[in-house]
Amino acid sequence: MVAALAPAAEPTAGPAPPARRRPREFTAVDYGTIGGSALSALTLTWLIFARLTDGVGWLGFLVVAYVAFLVLFGLVTADRIGVLAAKDRLATVTITSGAMLLLAPLLWLVGYVLVKGLPGLRPSFFTHDMRGVTPTMPASAGGGLHAIIGSLQQVGLALLITVPLAVSTAVFLNETRSRLRRPVRIVVDAMSGMPSVVAGLFIYATFVIPYGGQIDLFGFNGFMAALALSMIMLPTITRTVEVVLRLVPDGLREASLSLGASRARTVWSVVLPTARSGVTTAVVLGIARAVGETAPLLFTAFGYQLINSNPFANPQESLPLFVFRSITQPQQSMIDRGFTGALVLMLVVLGLFALARFIGRDRTRSRRRTGQAPAMPTGADIFEALPGPGAPVSVAQKGS
Amino acid sequence: MAQRLRTDAVPDELPEEQPGNGGGAGTRPRAVNDVPTRLDRVFAGITTTAGLTVLTLLTLVGIFLFLRSREAFDTVGWSFFTTFEWRIDSTPAVFGVVGLAVGTVLVAIIAVTIAIPLGVCAALFISDYATGRVRGFLVGLVDLLAAIPSLLFGLWGLLLLSSQIVPLSAWLGRHLRWFPPFRVAADAGLDNSMFIAGIVVSLMVLPIIAAVTREVFSQTPPNEKEAALALGGTKWGMIRMVVLPYGRGGIIGGSMLGLGRALGETIAVSLLLPQVPKVTGRILENGGATVSGFIVRRFGGGELNTSALMAAGLVLFGMTLVTNMLASVIISRSRSGVGVEV
Repeated sequence: MVAALAPAAEPTAGPAPPARRRPREFTAVDYGTIGGSALSALTLTWLIFARLTDGVGWLGFLVVAYVAFLVLFGLVTADRIGVLAAKDRLATVTITSGAMLLLAPLLWLVGYVLVKGLPGLRPSFFTHDMRGVTPTMPASAGGGLHAIIGSLQQVGLALLITVPLAVSTAVFLNETRSRLRRPVRIVVDAMSGMPSVVAGLFIYATFVIPYGGQIDLFGFNGFMAALALSMIMLPTITRTVEVVLRLVPDGLREASLSLGASRARTVWSVVLPTARSGVTTAVVLGIARAVGETAPLLFTAFGYQLINSNPFANPQESLPLFVFRSITQPQQSMIDRGFTGALVLMLVVLGLFALARFIGRDRTRSRRRTGQAPAMPTGADIFEALPGPGAPVSVAQKGS
Repeated sequence: MAQRLRTDAVPDELPEEQPGNGGGAGTRPRAVNDVPTRLDRVFAGITTTAGLTVLTLLTLVGIFLFLRSREAFDTVGWSFFTTFEWRIDSTPAVFGVVGLAVGTVLVAIIAVTIAIPLGVCAALFISDYATGRVRGFLVGLVDLLAAIPSLLFGLWGLLLLSSQIVPLSAWLGRHLRWFPPFRVAADAGLDNSMFIAGIVVSLMVLPIIAAVTREVFSQTPPNEKEAALALGGTKWGMIRMVVLPYGRGGIIGGSMLGLGRALGETIAVSLLLPQVPKVTGRILENGGATVSGFIVRRFGGGELNTSALMAAGLVLFGMTLVTNMLASVIISRSRSGVGVEV
């Protein structure tokens, strides 16, 4: 941009203008310095650990090499263009590499589960439960059908409970002027920070301990798991929907009210339809959160080796429980089965996550093409406006 | 905001509870007859009920956990908060939450110590360095990291990562022995340590720290940033003098939210730690227990055991509640939280 304002290459009469300084730009020399520093840091670290002291493992090696690289880069740059510029570049390099570092564990984890789980991912995994499978049998025997059925039923039931409650609460927080909004918002924030194990313990303490022995409905079963999961989904969905509702332009509400519609009518026919894609995104994100929860299910669904397609009586398996039990077994075949389950779980979560982003993105594009006005809140806006996973609603600013 | 068209009423002409008053300063417009229809009343009823349900739920959690932990408290009394052993089968039963709480806090502190610099780096990169596509990509990446279930982190940490960290732990134990937490006994195992659990948990709390700080950084007034640059500051100078001071409350609050998450982290920690309560500051050695992980491991068994676990759960509930509330207050009280309606 600076170059566009005053092109340096313009032929001028008289003395050439002084070379333009662009303190923020990385030149070839800078990249050379980065490369050189990296190389010298690696060799230096190798020298330290391989020659002078004993080994530190490759992780430790990388950490030390990284620090050495930063120090060397800072020193060289300071020597070359001064301390002030060196600090700036060092900060740029540190912050950029720190952000890129986020990618590493994610890729590592996803890749690991993929590599370990893929060999066991065969159709029979989706058609068999663990009937007749003994620990000595190979990993190809048996499957996770019972876990998948359980997960579907539990999350589905939890959705039936949570979505109406969460949407009503979000409407309460954003569309009414009740004095209770403040305490409710604080409580929703607090609930989203509640450990999931506490949600499970709560359901266990409230229903299973006092009534579990007498009534099937309140024993270990899928319905109890659904209740625990709704405790976890409720704050997630409420907060996301609230952010979405905030993004609905006030002009729409005012137009509706000025046409004589009541408040209820405005919310039902204007606000909620406008925010539909955002609400869908919120629900999908809530599902993604709930489907991987393990801890609360231990006290509620309890787990079971075979298919139990009735969520209202008797213990039921779920995908996370299946994985948790399998990988804590000593037999390799069980661990392999657990990895396959983990892969399925991961694919479900990643798929839901992609779906949530897709719902928003697709709407944005089509709307921009047709050029409709006014701009409705879409999933893309929501991701921008979201205070992030688990952040208090209070942080989220009103969208543009 | 929705009622802006109806706001041109003089406030004192309307009863207090009627919505739609406020604004209209300086003018004397007509009064508005704002009587809710029956549908409106039903609507208000439904939404208020939903709000109250949520409000009661959290209270009920505390009440029921307390009711179920009565037996444990009756058995050991206040010594529950001073005992660090957990021998529930001995007569008389001796158990207390201290051993668990210490482990929980240690793991959480390790996790947050690792996650804060990385999270702030990521937030700064997103808010001040990245542009366009890269920014969107990184925001998505942080969200994705938050979406990965704790179970998968635990699986990965248990079966892959811990063995990779052991040499590092061993090296730290050999060469940094002067630092008390890094001391290790000669024959101690290193693959189920709080250090490793902390590293895995740090990945799980990183997203929330990054998300909150990003949100706060992005609210930095642009004119202050531009002023810093116009005075000849470098970008780092601008960040150090404007963005970081402005976002300090957000960094502290976000870190405390992360701490709250780390305290409650369950499944991964239950897989990664041996869950034997003991008070130790040696984070590199095998050993350590956290409240949540311990509950998962010891679930089942006698009535007293269940009751004692409920009591531990109640303590955990209290710990996370206090941490999260404090974090919310810090964020909303900080300068970057001004103008946010709470």
